[in-house]
Amino acid sequence: MGAAPVADALAERAYEPVIGLEIHVQLSTRTKMFCGCELSFGEQPNTRTCPVCLGLPGTLPVTNAEAVHFGLMIGMALGCEPAPRSIFHRKNYFYPDLPKGYQISQYDIPLARDGRLGDIRIHRVHLEEDAAKLVHAGASGRIHGAEASAVDFNRGGTPLVEIVTEPDVRSAAQAAEWLRLLRVTLRQLGVSDVNMEEGSLRCDANVSIRPAGEATLGTKTELKNMNSFRFLERGVNAEVARQEELLREGGAVTQETLHFDPRTGALSPLRSKEEAHDYRYFPEPDLVPIAPTEEMLERARSALPELPAQRAERLESDMGLVPDTARLLAFRSDLGDFFERAAAARVGDDSKAIANWIVGELVANIGDADPADTKLEPESLAALVGMVREGTVAGSAAKDVLTTLVAEGGDPAEIVEAENLGAAGGDELARVVDQAMADQADAVEKIRAGNDKATGAVMGAVMRATEGRADGAEVQRLIRERL
Amino acid sequence: MIDRDQVLHVARLARLRLTDEEVERMTGELSTILDHIEKISELDLDDVAPTSHVVAMENVLRPDEPRPSLPREGALGQAPDTDGVGFRVPSPGA
Repeated sequence: MGAAPVADALAERAYEPVIGLEIHVQLSTRTKMFCGCELSFGEQPNTRTCPVCLGLPGTLPVTNAEAVHFGLMIGMALGCEPAPRSIFHRKNYFYPDLPKGYQISQYDIPLARDGRLGDIRIHRVHLEEDAAKLVHAGASGRIHGAEASAVDFNRGGTPLVEIVTEPDVRSAAQAAEWLRLLRVTLRQLGVSDVNMEEGSLRCDANVSIRPAGEATLGTKTELKNMNSFRFLERGVNAEVARQEELLREGGAVTQETLHFDPRTGALSPLRSKEEAHDYRYFPEPDLVPIAPTEEMLERARSALPELPAQRAERLESDMGLVPDTARLLAFRSDLGDFFERAAAARVGDDSKAIANWIVGELVANIGDADPADTKLEPESLAALVGMVREGTVAGSAAKDVLTTLVAEGGDPAEIVEAENLGAAGGDELARVVDQAMADQADAVEKIRAGNDKATGAVMGAVMRATEGRADGAEVQRLIRERL
Repeated sequence: MIDRDQVLHVARLARLRLTDEEVERMTGELSTILDHIEKISELDLDDVAPTSHVVAMENVLRPDEPRPSLPREGALGQAPDTDGVGFRVPSPGA
């Protein structure tokens, strides 16, 4: 006995994940961070290099003004305060992807800090240069076990912005969700391709767990190489589960860097040799400080578009959309733009219905495609939604009209006319309802007895007879009238 | 003061292989430097901003305009070892 109750208590303890994210964003400038080499998009290896980005002796880096501009835009978009004066540091370590023996980065005075995006606080935003690419000859594709490697310096020196969050994330799902918000925000800014598979958006996660409700932080591990939203979620979930099991068994978490293997979903520690966290930072003497002038700040400020989070808020508060719909339209700006054009085509209160048609039927129709690339005009969608509201076309028939509009374009009223999709009404509908109630006498009895569900049988018969052209509410009304 | 282990640690970070005599000499020399820094630290410098740069310049920036890169043969020309495409290096993990 004795030990069992303790073990039980440990096993029952609820743990809370505490997660912070570090995101690297490749900026879509034309040239590298500190030299005039063009950025590389799949060119032959080592064709985008010069003495500066090869780290040859006697060369001097000069900062790319556009990278600073993009960095300021990102900082502002994330609600950060740009530093009045920030400096570059040398982060020293030896690795073949780093020709100078150090990476030019920022340390104690980053470009911007203390912001917020959604629910997550931003700790800092800083500028740095990307490392070169190591191509391993070993079969495994992993660093371990490869015998010889070749270095391609095309990527070396690409401008990067590193974004570090506060440890405010509480689940893997929240991490992935937030990263989506960040990506769509950066895309809206137009400062990066933000493609996780291609590495222009990269995310590491610092993960620790603690007994739920406690304020102290547990020992954290750093997860690397999760190059998709799905992998981020899987990696963090796997690590949280691993740490929980460790603590439940009475063990302790060791601070280490873990590499996520997307093929197996497994996390394995990087060798300590590869992660000597002893970077001996010191100020980069070859680069003078960045002290953004009022002109630079104003240029960055005026380059900011409406951001997805702001747009979602506006669609909610000004147009009365429900939060989920507002978010979907704001996060997919192609849908948002289409919605706003369609809503503007109508006077008044069809906005909500138009939004529902877009996130429902239209997305079901076109998937990830941009609606502006289809034959559907925002005005025709607005007109179609108006016809549904007026009852001139039934909802189910309107879906068919939408499919036609997406594929062929045209005027919804004419399509309804030509394909005889107009809502059944008047005497025609009254006759159909009479017939349906006569055929479904049992159901009618049940409705009279107070069983509202029995209406479905009559409704079904009416819809069959009219091939879906009847308006449900109108049919309900006619049934009640006849009881 | 700096001890032998610290010297060896720093030497490893800098990828330097030191002989025993060099470790001995470095221990002394680095200690002298640290003593000197400690001497400076005795001064009251609360009101003095740290000097990160000795030239009074800011915002030396370059327009985002491409300049020609080296031809690959030129880039690889001075490499100790190449495969004609990349700079060949010993595998870092091996």
